Amino acid sequence: MILNFDSEQPIYMQLAEAIEDDVLKGILEEDSQIPSTTEISVVLKINPATARKGVNLLVDEGILYKKRGVGMFVTPGARRKVMLKRKAKFYESYVVTLLEEATKLNISHRELVEMIERGLPDE
Amino acid sequence: MNRIEIKGLTKNYGDTVALDNVSLSFDEPKIYGLLGRNGAGKTTLLNLITGKTHATKGSITFNGEPIWENDRVLGKIFFMTEPNLYPESRRVRDIFRWTAEFYPAFDLNYAAELAQRFELDSKKKMKELSTGYASIFKAILTIASGAEILLFDEPVLGLDANHRELLYREILANYGEKPKTMILSTHLIEEIADLLEEVIIIKKGQIILKQPVEDLLSSAHTVSGEASKVDQYSQGKSCVSEERLQNFKSVILFGDVDTSLAKSLDVEVGKAELQRLFIGLTNA
Repeated sequence: MILNFDSEQPIYMQLAEAIEDDVLKGILEEDSQIPSTTEISVVLKINPATARKGVNLLVDEGILYKKRGVGMFVTPGARRKVMLKRKAKFYESYVVTLLEEATKLNISHRELVEMIERGLPDE
Repeated sequence: MNRIEIKGLTKNYGDTVALDNVSLSFDEPKIYGLLGRNGAGKTTLLNLITGKTHATKGSITFNGEPIWENDRVLGKIFFMTEPNLYPESRRVRDIFRWTAEFYPAFDLNYAAELAQRFELDSKKKMKELSTGYASIFKAILTIASGAEILLFDEPVLGLDANHRELLYREILANYGEKPKTMILSTHLIEEIADLLEEVIIIKKGQIILKQPVEDLLSSAHTVSGEASKVDQYSQGKSCVSEERLQNFKSVILFGDVDTSLAKSLDVEVGKAELQRLFIGLTNA
């Protein structure tokens, strides 16, 4: 779990994203327990209420679930859910900013397409 | 629930007004940051809460009981003072034992464990401790005190980066174990910003702000870019701080972000940071 403190987002949202990243990468497996909010708070040096808020965000989205008296777990199917959510945001988060920067730098459409193709791995 | 309530508190030292009619309460077990510039009145407030000095006017109660000369109540509050008030020739371990006499909930094993983690030699005498280790020693006393309210005045004074990080973690771990009211007073705002749930800013003896950190940060934003455009964006908005570098300007504004205006003026919007907000709010 790594937070990007330079990000423009509030910390609890960064935490939710960091947990999602770990789910995507398989660091947190489906049906496995995630660290407690106290552990998260101590390791990331953030307020426990902030940690709780980040975790609860993912509970509301069905990515995590609570086992009473035990702790928080990754919901089965969470990885797919996170992937779909990220895909839906991909255009807004990456393409729009990419085009904004390209406009600032006067990069033509052709150059842009060429660069993307250069970055693509060989199929 | 432990509630500290401060009403109309004033403290004068001769002609100097150190605290000016302060009303404030700590209702919930949260980690609070008490921030203010030098001489703003932070330490005076903490001294008053722990009955170390008498108020000129006003009252402080703990769950409704006045704290003044009330040992039962004061035994529930532990204050990590900035100066080391313990006898110079006493050893660390003696003061651990001595504190356990006054604070029945003091956990000697926990204190020893913390001393080990910080590599504090408990055989050392007070006068043999460096500034950093004096801070560590007092912080350990406070964390292990078992008190329900913990006050820290400049807890990381003289600590190296490793020890500061360790101390922040121990404070969070202690809070996580058993949430309690913790008040941290420090000048290292950037470092503790993420630890805090609520922030209190004191300026010239008055409380100018008490708010959850997250609410405060989300109520403000930075705008930067070409100076005249930033000025255009800022018009009619409440500006807390501004920095200028030739034709570049960056400001912190209160209020909602106007995304379409920012886009049309080509100015960059970013998040506000606690330290810059603090500087803006407490500059003369």
